[in-house]
This record gives sequence, structure tokens and C-alpha cells, in this order.
Amino acid sequence: METLKYIIKRILQTIPLLIVVSIISFFIIRLSPVDPLAELKLNPSISPETVQKEKERLGLDKPIIVQYGKWAVSFVKGDLGVTSSGEKVSRKLQERIPYTLLLTSIVILLTWFVGVPLGIIAAVNWKTPFDRILTVLTSIGMAIPSFFFAVLLLMFAVKTGWFPVGGLTSPDFADMSFGRKFLDIAYHLVLPVTVLFTISLASLQRQMRANMLDVLDSDYVKFARAKGLSEFKVVYKHALRNAINPMITLLGFEFAGLLSGAALTEYVFNYPGLGTLILEAVMKSDINLVMASLMMGAVMLVTGNLIADILLILTDPRIRVKS
Amino acid sequence: MIREVFKQLWKDKFARVALFVLVIIYMLLFFADFIAPYTKDFSDRTMAYVPPSKIFTIDENGRFSKPYTYNYIREFDSNTLEIKYRFDRSKKHYIKFFAKGEPYKFLGLIPSSIHLFTTDKDGRIYLLGTDINGRDVFSRLLFGGRISMTIGFLALFVLFPIGLLYGGISGYFGGKVDMIMMRFAEAIMSIPSFYLLIILASILPSGMTSAQRFLLIVIILALIGWAGFARVVRGMVLSIKTQEYVQAAQSIGASKFRIITKHILPQTTSFVIVAMTLSVPSYILSESGLSFIGLGIQQPDASWGNMLKEAQEFTNIIYRPWLLTPGVLIFISVLAFNLIGDTIRDILDPQSKVR
Repeated sequence: METLKYIIKRILQTIPLLIVVSIISFFIIRLSPVDPLAELKLNPSISPETVQKEKERLGLDKPIIVQYGKWAVSFVKGDLGVTSSGEKVSRKLQERIPYTLLLTSIVILLTWFVGVPLGIIAAVNWKTPFDRILTVLTSIGMAIPSFFFAVLLLMFAVKTGWFPVGGLTSPDFADMSFGRKFLDIAYHLVLPVTVLFTISLASLQRQMRANMLDVLDSDYVKFARAKGLSEFKVVYKHALRNAINPMITLLGFEFAGLLSGAALTEYVFNYPGLGTLILEAVMKSDINLVMASLMMGAVMLVTGNLIADILLILTDPRIRVKS
Repeated sequence: MIREVFKQLWKDKFARVALFVLVIIYMLLFFADFIAPYTKDFSDRTMAYVPPSKIFTIDENGRFSKPYTYNYIREFDSNTLEIKYRFDRSKKHYIKFFAKGEPYKFLGLIPSSIHLFTTDKDGRIYLLGTDINGRDVFSRLLFGGRISMTIGFLALFVLFPIGLLYGGISGYFGGKVDMIMMRFAEAIMSIPSFYLLIILASILPSGMTSAQRFLLIVIILALIGWAGFARVVRGMVLSIKTQEYVQAAQSIGASKFRIITKHILPQTTSFVIVAMTLSVPSYILSESGLSFIGLGIQQPDASWGNMLKEAQEFTNIIYRPWLLTPGVLIFISVLAFNLIGDTIRDILDPQSKVR
């Protein structure tokens, strides 16, 4: 019951946060000297009525506070306006967000499955050659710029022809059976996932190693050892539980970092995600689309942090007691 | 304290190598005008996408000779529809050291035309080939490095005072002030940083001089990072402000501003040093990412990021791999900064075992 109360409180806290985020992003975008409807007006396939409707919806002839109010109300209602090419922004976002979520969640799962065990092994074999080699490898993984690595992998893909060069689906995707479709997407995901995986694995492994070393140094682990427990039990039963908790907090940060890192990777691989969408929108100064994708990025990030916090409440009883 | 840190840094093998690498890179960049055989904007349109020059030290008779190179000739092969480059063997161009070449102003001040190495007037030496406009990649690497390797530091010097003061005020005053200030900082942190970066960069007006653009990008980079930093500082201030010496300062009537800046913030120095060295590489990466997608440093100015922009085309990455060299340099310098940062963290915080 207490836990539930805390979780609800935590969820409610995100609402004012998102309001402040929306105010900040709204004013940043309105700082730009571009007429928000310029592209729309230039597009011959869009009727003057649509432009007029957008103008009224955005309240462009009214003071900026009123504009924000109008924007916020229609955002909550789910009406995000139209893009400069006349499509519905919400449709566009619905197309793109799942792809970004797919990419990031695969990467997070993979890094956890590989990074956590590697961190544990490195900590258990502290200062042995194995640990040193891992440290060197993670240093390299952290230093390589995501877009450069992506370009290198593209070069590899083009030269060998083993992997598709960008995109998410093959041209004949529509005619495939369900199983083939699944394989096709997986095949296209290999390279972008490799880039993001390499980059986020390094920091996760290091963090896990540091936590594990801290815990292995604590009194209760020494006691467990003194009691004569096997090393396996000490590490995996006693130490691991406490070492993994801080990692859950990190999950939120990791998600945030991935959203940013994914943008460049998506761009290089021409992957149809939120990152590519916002880049295209920014290049075309498509204000509606920029604003909406910025908000969606923030919502995703806040939700990611929220999930991490809730997980932490569920796994770490100390936090429940404190609150 | 700084001296102690350096001593320990020197003891660590990796950190020593990293320091060497960075010193060499910065020296090269500082003397870029002199070391580069061409100026930043020198271009020879007939020499677009020329591969790296070959330097010969043994002549066609098998005898040792002064180092020389041949120019490339660009030819269109109408059978295979390919552009081919072959040596123009009719004339040898000897490489001259400390000789006169393209005139330049050293660091924009001292006029000179002496280059470390160059070749005769109609010869061309391109250590790392050329780009689409026939500009020497090696020279542009050096000039671009000046921007890429300083922009992060400048951003840090803008960001840290802001973050320190913001975190200091928020933590010291506490209560409502703290709540409002921290909500604002959290909101900034809730926007994926790269999204914020490209949006801020895209609202920059287009008709700016390169110096103005450079400065604004510094400010944008600083705007991204201050919030996270301020939050950590605030946490530290919360614990420092309860200490007795702060109460003593309060009781003799020191002003709040003085207590924050003179008594509390100096206590965070070691954290600030660690945070600074650890965050330099992320700013180098941010700038290069921004320039890579075309929103950062603009042509004709060079930066490692915008030089890599050409590597976005398939034909370039396959047939002209020398265009990828800026990426290698970004990698090396970020790696060096990371190694030094890790070592400094270990020295200042012996409990941390991240390495």
C-alpha cells in the first residue's frame, strides 16, 4: 500500500515537470525568427483554408502567452497540427516513435545482458590481466564517436555486402510473410544496434564493476566470507543484490543518453526513428513537427526515469522506508 | 594540490602516454599555420578528390634521392566511366623544408610564408589527399582541430561558473527558491540533450561571421550541460552549508553572496576539476556531431565534424578513405582525455575504483 502511494506520488510529480519542459521548449522555438507557417504557405498543395485554420489554432496574431496556452490545450487534446507537407504530425509521430523505442529497448536489453556479467567478472578478477584488457576495451568503446563508428560500419556493409546499407526494411517488404518480415527488420537492425551497443556497453560495464567492487569491500561481505561461504554464494547471493540497485537508477540515464546517441546513428543509417524525424524537421524548420517531437522526446525520457524509479522502489526496500 | 595531481598523473603509464599525445596534438594545432603546407582556404579545383601524394626517396634508377613527389593527373576513363588518377611522371617535384610557400599570418598576427615542408610552385603535396574542392585534407585537419579541440574547453569555461553559482544559490537558500530552481534545472535535463542541441543550433540566424557562429555554438554547448552540473553542486552545497565554519561566517555577518562564493564553493574544487576533465571529451563529441549534420561550424571554416560530413556519401567512404581521418583524430583525442580524466578521478578520490 505504502509502495503504491509512493509510486502514485512519483507519477504525479512528472506532470509539473512536463509543463515546465513544454514552456521552455515553446519559448526556445518561438525565439527563432522563422515564420512558423512559411513552409505551409509556400506549399501549393495546401489550401489557404488549412493555413488559416493553423493560424487560428496557433493563435499567431495573439500575444505569446496566449499562443502557449492554445498550443498546450491542443497538445493535451492530441491535436498536434500539420507538418509543412500537410500530413498530420500525430500520424508521423505514431509511425516513428515505435521504431526508436524498438532500437533503444533492444540496445538496453543487450547492454544489460552483456554489461552486467562483464562488470561482475571484471570486479571479481580485479587487477588481473582480464580486467585490464576489459578496461582498455571499454575506454576505446567510450571514445569512438557514434556517427563515426556508424560511418565505418556502413563502409564495411557496402564493401562486403553482408548487411543492408541503412533503412529498416527491404524494398519488397510489403510482400513478405510475417516470419520473413521479422527477419528482415532484425537484419536491418544489426548495424545500428551494434553502434549503440558498443557505446553504451562501456559505461554500463564500468559502473557495474565499480559498484561490485564497493560492495565486495563492505563489512557484510567480509563477514559472509569469514563465515566460510563459498565464493560463488558470496558474490552472486550476497554482493550482487546490493551492487545491482544503483544500476537501476542508471537505467534512466542510459535511456536519456541513448535517445541522444540514437539520433545521430539513426541519421547515418537512415533509420526511420524519432531522431531522424526531428533532424529533418529542424532542417526544414517545420515548427509544428519540431515542437511535437521535442515534447515526445522529453515525455519518453521522463517516462524512462519514472520506470527506473519505480523499479528501484520495488527492488530496494530502503527507499520505501525512507519515503 | 595541482602539482601533486600532476606528479601522480605522471606515474600512471596510460595517463603519461595520453598526456604526450595531447601535448603533441595541441602543439601541432598551435603551429598549424607553419606546419600545414597550405592555408585553410587554398584550393585547386583541378585536384578534387586526389589521393594522398606518394613520396619517393629512391629514384627510377634505383638510387637514393632527395624526397620528391609527382603530381596527379585526373582522367576520365570513358570505357569504365570512372575517374582515374595517375602520376604525372614528366616532372619531379622535390620536397623542400623550411621553404617559402603560401603566405599566411601566424596565429592571425605575424605575416610569414615559411612552411615546415612544401614543394615547388607548380607541384602539389597532399599528405592526406584532398576534398571535393581540391583543398588539402592535412592542412584542414590542423586548422579544423583548432576549432574542435578548443570549443569544448571554452564551453566549459562558460558553463562552470553558471552551474556553480546556480547550484550554490539553490543549495544555500533551500526551501522554495531551491524547489523552483531545481524544477527548472530538471526540466532542462528532461529534454534529450541532442534534440535540444540541434534545435538551438537551428535557430541561429544564417548571416553570421564565422567568429560569431563559433561563439554562439560555445554558448549553446554550455546551455546543454549546466543543469546536470548545477544539480550535483547543489547537493554538495547542502552538506557543506551545515558545517561550523559556515555558521561562523554567518554569525560575523558575512553577506550571503560572500558566503556562497568565498566559503562554500571553493570546497567543491576537486569535484569541479574532475567534472571538467571528464566532460571535455563529451563537448568535443557534441561539437563534431553538430558539425557533422551541418548545424555547427560551417564551410569554408573547417572542424573535424564538418570535414567528416563528406564521409556521409557511400562513394566517398569506399573510394576516398582518407576523408575519414578527422574521425580518427576525434577518437584519439577523446580517448586521451578520457584516460587522463579517469586517472585524475582516481587520484582525487582514492575510493572510486572505476578504473
